[in-house]
Amino acid sequence: MRTQYLFDRQTVLVLSILAAAAILVPAMNGLVPPGSALHLSDHLVPLLGKYVCLALLALSVDLIWGFCGILSLGHGAFFALGGYAMGMYLMRQIGPRGAYADPILPDFMVFLNWKELPWFWHGFDWFPFAALMVLLVPGALALVFGWFAFRSRVTGVYFSIITQAMTFALMLAFFRNDMGLGGNNGLTDFKEVLGFPVQAGSTRVVLFVLSVLVLAGGYLLCRWVVGSTFGKVLVAVRDAESRTRFLGYRVEHYKLAVFTLSAMLAGVAGALYVPQVGIINPSEFAPANSIEVVIWVAVGGRGTLAGAILGALLVNAGKTWFTAALPEFWLFALGGLFVFVTLFMPRGILGAAGDLWERSSRRLRTRRSPQPFTQAAE
Amino acid sequence: MIVLRKFLRAFLLLLGMASAALAGPYEEALPRFTSDSYADTDAAIGAVAASGNPLAVDVIEALRDGRLLVGSGQVFIRRASGDLINAATGQAWGNPAGELKPVRLNNRVRRAIEAALGSLTLLNPDAAKRLEAARAVFRSRDEAALPALEKAIAQESHVPVRNALETARAAILLSKQDAPPTQKLTAVQTLRDRSDQEALALLSNLPAHAPPEVVAAAGKAADGIRARLAFWQAFQNVWYGISLGSVLLLAAIGLAITFGTMSVINMAHGEMVMLGAYTTFMVQELIRSYFPGLFGASLLIALPLAFLVAGSVGVLLERTVIRFLYGRPLETLLATWGISLILQQGVRTIFGPTNREVGTPAWMSGALDVGAMSLTYNRIAIVVFAFSVFAILLLVLRYTSLGLYVRAVTQNRRMAGSMGIRTSRVDALAFGLGSGVAGIAGVALSQIDNVSPNLGQGYIIDSFMVVVFGGVGNLWGTLVGAMTLGIANKLLEPYAGAVLGKIALLIAIIVFIQRRPRGLFALKGRVVEA
Repeated sequence: MRTQYLFDRQTVLVLSILAAAAILVPAMNGLVPPGSALHLSDHLVPLLGKYVCLALLALSVDLIWGFCGILSLGHGAFFALGGYAMGMYLMRQIGPRGAYADPILPDFMVFLNWKELPWFWHGFDWFPFAALMVLLVPGALALVFGWFAFRSRVTGVYFSIITQAMTFALMLAFFRNDMGLGGNNGLTDFKEVLGFPVQAGSTRVVLFVLSVLVLAGGYLLCRWVVGSTFGKVLVAVRDAESRTRFLGYRVEHYKLAVFTLSAMLAGVAGALYVPQVGIINPSEFAPANSIEVVIWVAVGGRGTLAGAILGALLVNAGKTWFTAALPEFWLFALGGLFVFVTLFMPRGILGAAGDLWERSSRRLRTRRSPQPFTQAAE
Repeated sequence: MIVLRKFLRAFLLLLGMASAALAGPYEEALPRFTSDSYADTDAAIGAVAASGNPLAVDVIEALRDGRLLVGSGQVFIRRASGDLINAATGQAWGNPAGELKPVRLNNRVRRAIEAALGSLTLLNPDAAKRLEAARAVFRSRDEAALPALEKAIAQESHVPVRNALETARAAILLSKQDAPPTQKLTAVQTLRDRSDQEALALLSNLPAHAPPEVVAAAGKAADGIRARLAFWQAFQNVWYGISLGSVLLLAAIGLAITFGTMSVINMAHGEMVMLGAYTTFMVQELIRSYFPGLFGASLLIALPLAFLVAGSVGVLLERTVIRFLYGRPLETLLATWGISLILQQGVRTIFGPTNREVGTPAWMSGALDVGAMSLTYNRIAIVVFAFSVFAILLLVLRYTSLGLYVRAVTQNRRMAGSMGIRTSRVDALAFGLGSGVAGIAGVALSQIDNVSPNLGQGYIIDSFMVVVFGGVGNLWGTLVGAMTLGIANKLLEPYAGAVLGKIALLIAIIVFIQRRPRGLFALKGRVVEA
């Protein structure tokens, strides 16, 4: 019973699609000759890889919003922190190949006339350490922030606003040159990752496949979490926080655990994002970015996990198309999407599709995804 | 004929030189301008200024503006109209002989000109001119102006001008090497009474030849001035804080109303502010093209219009979108964010992405000096305006039936509904009221900020902070929140810098929310979750 839910129909479908992507994209890029209609050009691979990373970010938001009712408007901060940890590793890998050819200091530090590496940069030349920091830095911030917030029962809109304040404060901080993280320009001009050139087509394909695998892993992890007893308590917290507390559960511990886990997932997404995009700068902390992530989840279907992935892919593909074809209308479309989804599709695409399926088959089935949106008791 | 004309001209020239030789110091000084030597020009300026000739001011002003011309040993002034007059006689001089060249200037000469003009206009009948002249002498510290200064002080009756004259004398005495120490001590005293930045600079940069007792007195006076300036600086910072707090209050007060009644954070609130600012822009454009005389009143005309525009957009928003999202505050947050994107892009499409020019009426420009502070009138107007809006809203909520309903719904929606209040209508009106107030805020903010499609974005996070900090359901919370954040921000700025100060404040608010999750002035109720 315990493992059965892990591999239900939705999970199998998601995993097979991801597996297909992991096989097809390299094949279409590498094996199909250029000029063929099925050929995937080199610049599309990192673009798809970017979508996959954003899907992982959406997944992390869905885990807390869809299953625990915590609406974080600052998840972009965890994503960006993971990205900065990775970016610091990539900066150290540049070594003496920078414009100023300093063997230790990144270019921007030489430019600012700094003499030695700030203390927090030490260790980032060693990949395992950087990888650990990708998890630990967002995780630690989420732990501290969440510990304060959940302990004093900051909930609902108030929590959303202070997460927004958090990411705004971080954005202001990272814009400062004194922060030692590249200021306005952020970290860029990466040369290689683990010895492979970042710009090379083959590296990008590998990064894409890696991102898909991590996404699949993240999806399985979230499935496992929400299906466990722990996950059931999370849903109870979402639907009736006080009742759960009165039943004897330490609500804040549950919230804190899932919030921290979600932040770490977001950090991993950021870390995979940076080498494929080639830059990380403070604008990733912008509050608007974090709000956008929430709409991906809402479009796909809140509380379904697969919906978060679907929503992130659809909205970002739409964004790429719109900003190229009709740049004037992208904000209209995105704004309209926010309004439309909240008004007419409160359970997103997957929720609406599920309703249709249920109505047409008229079969009573046990719900696979927990029913969201029960009004909290007063 | 030509020979005759040449002869005539030579005769006239001779006559001119002869008259110069015959006349007083003014006429004697004039030819020194013709020698094309800076030292001579300098000396000539001093002599002309001291001569008391009615033409002296004209000559020196012409020299300053490059209109003093020399040729064939004579000096001419070119009027702004282009006519030439002879500097020696003041007669019009139609057709000069030979080529005329302007007298050349260097920095030393320019200083001499400024000092000379300063002392010449010290006796001008116009008090404003005299004040300006006294300031010019104060800056130039020209010892030659001392006699003129003494004379001016003796007959000056206007107090501010007299004070300015006395400080100018003190400044000269301090830098004058051979002035007796007692005079210098009096000068220190005078400067200490003046006690502003300029006096401080003078007192802390005494010349090396100053006697020791003067140095000691000056040091003491400078310390006193520093203390006084620091004292006023603190006031100035508090004033900046109040001014920032008023801006925050204007931006946040409408948000507090909508948040209070519906526990909905209206993310499109900043765009309502922007709509108000663009309404101001439109009103000013219309006034400029059709009724230029009304420009001074443009802001007053824009106020009700901005309220109507933003208010009706708000009611529309409530009726078409937010109404359907009751009891789902987080979804409302997303929907209103979407609306804010649409409004931003809409304004960008219609008005373009660049900043629009909103003018300031004449009665709002200028500044008021209080002690060592300078308060600009537009900031004063905004502070007064913010407090008036606050007071009016307070009265509306306290003494009108709408206010009663809004308060009832804020305190207990279900109970209010049971008592027969149509809560959904109250929601729509409260939303309209909140948005309208945001529109009014836009009129005020158009005076101090760039009117661009992104105007609202800059205020939205700050307004959230104010509302969250102050607590909902009570306008006083918003007032205290806005003023606390504004003043704290400006008091932190000198020590931490603008960005770090802001970060510190955000962190402080996040920590504060942990202590009081419902803000400073939380409604006390018996519900477990609100």
